This record gives sequence, C-alpha cells and structure tokens, in this order.
Amino acid sequence: MASAIFFLDLKGKTLLARNYRGDIPMSAVEKFPILLLEAEEESSAVPPCFSHEGINYLYIKHNNLYVLAITKRNSNATEILLFLHKIVEVFTEYFKELEEESIRDNFVIIYELLDEMMDFGYPQTTETKILQEYITQESHKLEIQARPPIAVTNAVSWRSEGIRYRKNEVFLDVIESLNLLVNSNGNVLRSEILGAVKMKCYLSGMPELRLGLNDKVMFESTGRTSRGKAIEMEDVKFHQCVRLSRFENDRTISFIPPDGEFELMSYRLNTQVKPLIWVECMIESHSGSRIEYMLKAKAQFKRRSTANNVEIIVPVPEDADSPRFRTNIGSVHYHPEKAAIIWKIKQFGGGKEFLMRAELGLPSVKEAEPERKKRPISVKFEIPYFTTSGIQVRYLKIIEPKLQYPSLPWVRYISCAADYHVRLPEPTQT
Amino acid sequence: MAANRIRSMFPTAPRKGETFELRNGLNSQYSHERKEAIRSTIASMTLGKDVSALFPDIIKNMATSDLDQKKLVYLYLMNYAKTHPDLCILAVNTFVQDSEDPNPLIRALAIRTMGCIRVDKIVDYMEEPLRKTLRDESPYVRKTAAICVAKFFDLNPKVCIENGFLETLQEMIGDSNPMVVANSVQALAEINESDPDTNALQVTPSTLKKLLMALNECTEWGRVTILTTLADYRTDDVKEREHICERVVPQFQHVNPSVVLAAVKVVFLHMQGIAPDMVKQYTRKMAPPLVTLVSSQPEVQYVALRNINLLLQAQPDILTKEIRVFFCKYNDPPYVKLEKLEIMIRIANEKNIDQLLMELKEYALEVDMDFVKRAVKAIGQVAIKIDSAAERCVTVLLDLINTKVNYVVQEAIVVVKDIFRKYPGYEGIIPKLCQNIDEVDEPNARAALIWIVGEYAEKINDAGEILGSFVEGFQDETTQVQLQILTAVVKLFLKTAQNPAKSSESQQLLQTVLKNATSENDNPDIRDRAYIYWRLLSVNPDNAIARNVILADKPPITSTIQNLPQGLLEQLLAELSTLASVYHKPPAAFMEARRGKGLGVLMKRAIEEQRENAAENSIAAGAGGAQKSNIENLLDIDFDGAAPASAAGGGVGLADLMSPTVQSPVAAPGSTNLDDLFGLSAGGTGGGGGGGLENGFAGLDLGGSNSGARQQGKKSNQDILGLF
Repeated sequence: MASAIFFLDLKGKTLLARNYRGDIPMSAVEKFPILLLEAEEESSAVPPCFSHEGINYLYIKHNNLYVLAITKRNSNATEILLFLHKIVEVFTEYFKELEEESIRDNFVIIYELLDEMMDFGYPQTTETKILQEYITQESHKLEIQARPPIAVTNAVSWRSEGIRYRKNEVFLDVIESLNLLVNSNGNVLRSEILGAVKMKCYLSGMPELRLGLNDKVMFESTGRTSRGKAIEMEDVKFHQCVRLSRFENDRTISFIPPDGEFELMSYRLNTQVKPLIWVECMIESHSGSRIEYMLKAKAQFKRRSTANNVEIIVPVPEDADSPRFRTNIGSVHYHPEKAAIIWKIKQFGGGKEFLMRAELGLPSVKEAEPERKKRPISVKFEIPYFTTSGIQVRYLKIIEPKLQYPSLPWVRYISCAADYHVRLPEPTQT
Repeated sequence: MAANRIRSMFPTAPRKGETFELRNGLNSQYSHERKEAIRSTIASMTLGKDVSALFPDIIKNMATSDLDQKKLVYLYLMNYAKTHPDLCILAVNTFVQDSEDPNPLIRALAIRTMGCIRVDKIVDYMEEPLRKTLRDESPYVRKTAAICVAKFFDLNPKVCIENGFLETLQEMIGDSNPMVVANSVQALAEINESDPDTNALQVTPSTLKKLLMALNECTEWGRVTILTTLADYRTDDVKEREHICERVVPQFQHVNPSVVLAAVKVVFLHMQGIAPDMVKQYTRKMAPPLVTLVSSQPEVQYVALRNINLLLQAQPDILTKEIRVFFCKYNDPPYVKLEKLEIMIRIANEKNIDQLLMELKEYALEVDMDFVKRAVKAIGQVAIKIDSAAERCVTVLLDLINTKVNYVVQEAIVVVKDIFRKYPGYEGIIPKLCQNIDEVDEPNARAALIWIVGEYAEKINDAGEILGSFVEGFQDETTQVQLQILTAVVKLFLKTAQNPAKSSESQQLLQTVLKNATSENDNPDIRDRAYIYWRLLSVNPDNAIARNVILADKPPITSTIQNLPQGLLEQLLAELSTLASVYHKPPAAFMEARRGKGLGVLMKRAIEEQRENAAENSIAAGAGGAQKSNIENLLDIDFDGAAPASAAGGGVGLADLMSPTVQSPVAAPGSTNLDDLFGLSAGGTGGGGGGGLENGFAGLDLGGSNSGARQQGKKSNQDILGLF
C-alpha cells in the first residue's frame, strides 16, 4: 500500500505527484534527495527502501527519473516496488519513452492512468492493453463516452471480447538467454539458461490454447516414454493467463491468451552445458608501456548452426592509445569511451575457431591509483533455430468453441547471450 | 512553498497574471476555452504552483458530460478540497448525480473521488451513493465502491459501522467477480488493521473457500491481497493448513514476484506442523521460485534477498545447493552485492567452500571499498563456521594482506583476530601482521592488532617494542584502542614477569601506561580499568590473582555470523515481503507510535499541511469569491491577521494542531534510538563503568558480536550490581 507516488527528476524536484491517501504530508518528498545524499555519503550501497521519521521511501530509478512511493505503514515492499516498475512499463508503452519530457507533455493522461492503476494506495488494473481500451490519448467525443471494458474486472482480465481477425495466426518464439560466468582460470562458475516463450497472437474470439512441450516431469507423470530428449525445467513462471492449478495437477499449459504480443512463460535451467562460445584470453604487459591481448574464440556447437552478430568486448585500461589489431576474421575496433576493444564477427560457424591479437600503448604518466575495477570480457551472440536446453514445442492446440476457425501456429527458436562474461586474467609482465 | 508564503504576504492584484487569465478562461462562455483553462490549471498544479484560489471557478465546471474534463475537475477537487471545506458541499450534488450516471465509468469515478475528499461534511452525503454503488450491477463500480468503504472508515469509523458497510463488504467476499472479492478483502483487511476491535475480517471455513476460489481468477495484485490474508490467518486445524498449502503452491509459478513471495509466505507459515514428508516436499518446491526471484529487477531482488536471509535463519538448509546463483555479477548494484554476500556465508558448507573462497577472494580485489571489506569479513566468517576450511581461509587472507591495499589489510587483521580466538596454531603469521603496523589506522584494526600482540606477547619477540610505540601515542588514540593498549601492556607484563631480559622493559611500559591512563586521561572507562588493573597487580607479589583474571581462558567462539534473536525472527517471518522483513526490524521500530484510536502524528501533519496551504491562500481565495474586491481591503485584512470567513476554520485548526506537531520529530526517533541501543555491541564505547569493567575482566571487547560475549556482559553487570 502506497500513500503517494511521485515522479522526480534526478535532483529530487517533483515533476508530478499523486496523493492517494492524504495521510502523509506531501512535503515529505523534499526530504528524499537529502536522505539519499546522506545515505550515499555513508555507504556505496544505498538500498531501494529506507525509513525516516515514520515515513518509508521506496524508489526505483528509470532514465532521468526517480519514481518514488511513500507509505507510513508496514506495507508490502515487493508489491510497491513491482508496482513502480509496472508504472514504468505501462507508461513506456503509452509514451514510447518515459523520461522528464514525456511526464511534462502527458500530464493529463498520466493522472488518468494513475487514477485507474491505483486506488487508495492499492494496485488495481495494470494491463496496458486493457487500459488502452478506455484511456486514450485522443480526447473523447461527447457522443461516445468510454466505458470500462468488461475485461477490467473479469476473471479473464487480459482479453476483451469481440476480437476479429481475417487470418488467424499465432507466432511462438522460444528464446533462450544464456548467463555464463567463467573465471580467469577457465572454470565455469555459473551457467544458467533463462528461457522465454513469447507469443504474438492474432486470433479471433475467445480461443482456448494448449501448449505441449517436451517437459520431463510431464512425461514422467503421464508415464509415457518420449522419443528424443525431454528437458527438466527448474522453475517455470507463467503469464497470468495460464491456469496455474491445472499446471500443478498435470503439467498442462492451458490458457486464453491476451491479444497481440506477450510473454507466455519463462523458465530456468541450471544444468551445466558446454559454453556455446568459448573465449580464452592472455594478456601481456610490456614494462608498463604496451599491453598485448591474445584472444581465442571457439564455437562449441554443431556445425550446422551458425552464431550471428557475435561481439566480444574486451575491457582495456583507460587512456590506452595507438591500438593495433590482427585477426583472421571480422573486424576489431577500439572504443576509448567504453575503454574496450570490440571484436565483431558477423557469422561464426559451429566448430570454428578464430584468433585475435591486439596491442595498445599505455600512457607514460599514470594515475596514482591504478584502476582495479575488474570488468570481465562480455560476449554477445545469437544462434537461430537452436535452443541450448533442447526444449521443443510439441504442439499448440487452438480451439475457439464458437467460431471454430482453422489457425496457423508458427514456431521459431533462438539462443542468445545475456550475461555472458569471462573474467580477465592478470597480465603477465615481461 | 517559501515563494507561496511570500506571495501571500504581498498579495498581488488578481486582475492580471496567470490566475486572472485562468479565472477568465474558467468562466468563459465557450466550452473549449473552459476546458483549456482547466487543463492549464492542472498543469500549474502539477508544477507545484498553488491554484487553490480558483476553487470556486473550477467547481462551476464540474457538471459536464465531457469525461476528460470531469476527470480533471475531480482531480483538482481531491487536491484542494481541504482548502475550501465549505465549498465542497457545492460539489456534492454533482457527485450524487454522477453516482447514478448510466455510464459505469462515471459512477465509479464519482464514488472514487468522493471518498478521497477528506472533509468531514461530505460523510453525510456519501452514505447513499456508497450504499447504491456497493450493489451496482457493474463489477467495475462495485470494486471501486468496496475500496471506498475503507476510505469512508478512515474518515469516520463510527458512521461507517452504523451504516452496516462492513457487513456489506463481508457479504461481497462471496461476489461473483474476483476483483470485487479482492478489493473487498483488501478494504476489510485495512479496516481490521486500523481497528482490530471491529473484527472486520474474520476468516471462516466458508470465507476461506471463497478466497481460495477467487485466488485463481483474480489479477496479480488481487492475488497478493488474498495471499496476504491467508498468511495472516491462523488455524490449528492441520487438515485446513494442508489444504491451504495445497491450493497455494501453484502460485509459485506466477510471473509476478510479489505473488510468488506472498505464496511462499503462506506455505511457509502454514506448513509448520503438517506431515513431515509434506513439509519436506513443500520446502523442496520453495527453493526454485526463491532462486528465480534473484533474477528479477534489482530492487525486488533486494527485498527477496533480505527475505531469503530470514528464511535461511529459520531453515538453514533450503538453498544449500544453490550457492552459485548468489555469486555477484560485476554490474549488480552495490546493495544487491552486499546482500548476496550475507546469503553466501549462510549457505556455505564443506562442499561449496572451495568455490566460495575463490569467489570471495575475487570480490576482495574489487574497487568498491564497502563491498571489499564485507568480502574479507565473509572469509573470516566462513573460516569460523567451517573448521576444515580454516586453513584455506587463512591462506587466502594472507594473500590479501600481501596485496598491501590498505583497507583490505586492515579488515583482514580484524578478521584474523577472530580466527585466532577459535583456532590455535596460526601464531606463525603474527610477524606478517605486525609488518603492516604503520599503515593500520582504523580503530577497529588497530585494536585487533594490539589485542593479538597482547594475547601472544610471549611468542612475539619484539612485543615490548611494538606496544611501546603505541604507548607513546596513547593519548591520541580512540577509546577502543586505548583500552586495548592498556590490557595488552598488562598482559605483556604478566607474561614476561619471569623473563629477566624483558621484565624491566615491560614494567617500565606498564608504569607509563597506568600513569597515562589514570592521571592524564579523563575518560572514566579507561581510568576505571586502569585502576582495577593497578589494584589487582598490587594485591600480592606473584600476581596470582591478576593472572587468573587477566590471562583467564576465553570462551571459544562458535560463529561470527549474526543471527536475529529467535523472538524477532519469528515475528519477522510472519511479516515476509513487508518493509519490516526488509529492515529486519519489528514494525513498531519504524512506524510512528499510535496511541489509542486518534489520528497519528503524520496524519495530523498531513492535514495541517493542507490547512496551512489553505490559510496562506485564504486572502486570494477571498478575493476570488468577491470578484470585485480592491487591493486596499485586502491589505487591511492582512495587517489585522484575520482571515476571511471561508478560511477561519482553517486558522483555528492550525493553532489546535500546533502542539502535536512540535512533538512529532521526537516521537519517531525515540523508538529507533532504543533499537540502536539494543544493537550496540558489548564492547561499544557507550557503556558506563559497568561496561568497562566487563571488558576488562573478559578481555573480550573486540568482537563483542557473538552472543556469548553479550551474555557474559550481562552476567558481569549483575555481579557488579551484587557488589553494591
């Protein structure tokens, strides 16, 4: 429960505020930047919620804004912080970008949205698509007054009735993001797959969908033996349209989808998989005047797949100069503003191995305190038609009881790097 | 604010300027001009300008069929109602009409806004519309009306109860619409919290059934509400608890982390006492969703980590396999990194220690000083926690000391002192520690080093020299360090008494330090301790008693990981996901104290703030009411200090409220201070003579962090009291 919500600029000046309960003086917000500053002076770790004189401040930062909620009760902190993120999400969908300017330009609609999204400090409707049905940027004509869509309060609060498409289509994207952390000795510290099933639904009426995956737990519970691989998802999260108790009972994923784009589910796997792109690095420092990097990158996936838009970002000391590169593929550029060199490879075939050498000059005058912030090498890539986990969509059944139309599901798979890091070794001195 | 105040002191003529323009616009005969003026008024309001003087003009624009315009007018009313309590009555008519509009959006808007107008007089006019809208055919209106009951109760509990609104809400838990159910539960929960005597929210078997039904159908926020209610519900019926767990577990799969955490809370609280194999199964099911919370937005992660910390204190083994998840990413915000460290040391065990140590060493070489220090401390904590890892930890610490990075070395010294207290046999590294003596400038680290030197004085060849240099600068040290020097020198003296080569040197030192501490120092703690040593040493020639007291064996430490006291932990586990669980403090420690059923201090301040605004603008408002007033009159009024009729009430209210406001800053920190006192370690400098004595006897004043020391502190305090 929040007493009031504020949008502040980075100096802490209020851009817009909505007082929901009137139980805290609004001037309490003036204390916020001061408290933040005090906390920053004391420690580098300033938590996203703190209390002062009986008032609790919970905030998030987005672009050049603070979105702040205040409350005097022992409120649900998770709920408030998530609601703040939800505000950012909804407003971003409304205004493309949420920042100081868009707050000023859209204040009328922001008040309307804040009124609809929260009442007396309790979150209400936060589905952008439904909100857009009755809160629009164009002013309402006198004759046709907007009405609350039935969906607002319905059990199916994410889809309105009466949707019609000439061609009924569903696009399913299975996207697996890889989080990997390798230490400087080449040991994998952490390897995690975060998968997501995203959908674009262009279906008429109120269709019932059922999604079948090669889910190991389901195969085991139904006692069927699967051809091929089954995967074991460690944790699954579903969009609110999915019937959770049904999933708990027999692992069936059944739902009435929202219209258009949404994320149906996400899952996590902690299994140790071979890192798809392996990067090794050696650093040689030549008496402090030059530094040399030797990189080896290897694609450890099947030959028939290809990684696209591979970027290997290697941090280098600040103020390095006169870069020289040598590589047998792609292009290498020095980006002084990021203090990094970026090796780009458009297409990286499975099983291939490439090398790159970089040499940079170091300034003769050094800063007193050597930079010790240990930035790792980051790797970015995308591998289409491939999932690391081996997850597969077995079927997607679409039934609209009234309309009974034929429909076409399309499925795509892609793997990509998310937090994919390799820690740099210490340079060897020569 | 200040600008407003100045402006109200020198009111400008309302004939020109922005307010004048807006007023003209609001009274225009053309609807588009009126609408534009309303928009501009709200724009000024948003910018923080005070436009309350336009109240009467805005209110004229209330009756309109233009929904946008109506919303803006309503918004204005909510913001400025307090400034013109009398004029609010003019708005009532439109509200009542709107609450019967054919469009549910308008009916809901009217009832929602009406509840936000915190003016006593509105209560009488609100009863009927509220009663009707609670029975509205549109669920959208009903769900809005349900929340409005909570607003009404907040405004006037007595009338709210008399009208039977609580009963209506209780019936609405059975509404066919899930969102209406959720909001009714929310409103009842709030009413119940602000006045438990109402018994507003009673979970009976039949309501329980309804809640569990609605749980699967309502929005994510509605689910949080229902889950929170389920978590607060206490029952001894094991069957019922099992049933609740069973129905709530599917919510672990919800995408919204607050739903997940609320579900974890329900299951965690209700699974106590059900069949052990079920408990095991639920505990196992709880782990993956908890781990997934760690990949949510950083702020949410922080709350989750603080909560996981609590859960681990209650059930240390739920996440032992998951240590990798808590490894810090280089771009995690600092507050997340620190919390992850706390979790890591809690789930450290013999299996994962190697991996963890490598990680901790990596962190100790980062740049963020707070994080680095915490990482070094963590190494010490796992060394003490896991016996078999002690040696590996010491090796890592030595590597870190070799880096010569000042704050790393200092923190490492503090940590090594604890390791010495648990494991013998590491004296070999003392010379290495002493090499860094000149760079150690933090009191904690200095004190730790001196303690080590005193404790192992017989094994350190140049202990006398080292302590000698500290004794020279005795007066410049902090209290904590002075106490250590004192104790260490006495230990040195006792330990070298039989060694003719050193005894004279240490005797010399002892005399200097005792003299310094007694005659040249005005800190009672230090003087007291010095005198006690002095007496002890002069009792008998071979110092047997002094030996027994000062060189007594210290109780071993078993853990340096701080756990919350059991009572507080249990209280906080029932508060999972709330602010209390984030702060690790009971709600009473950070919420303003509320005595009886009166308004809280903050609420009074909030009301007063609005009244103050009203008073400031009373002159302008008066001018607005009488359109053709002239400046001279206004100035007269200002000099008299009397406000025009419409604001007179506000003025009196201000005076009434003055006294409670003065107290307000005192009330809140008072409780926090108390809390701080409890948190003070036994070796803190805040103690009086008793504290000092206790330190002297136990020689334990360094760590002070383990409960053993604290208990001992209490005991010796009692002993001393007994003496008197």
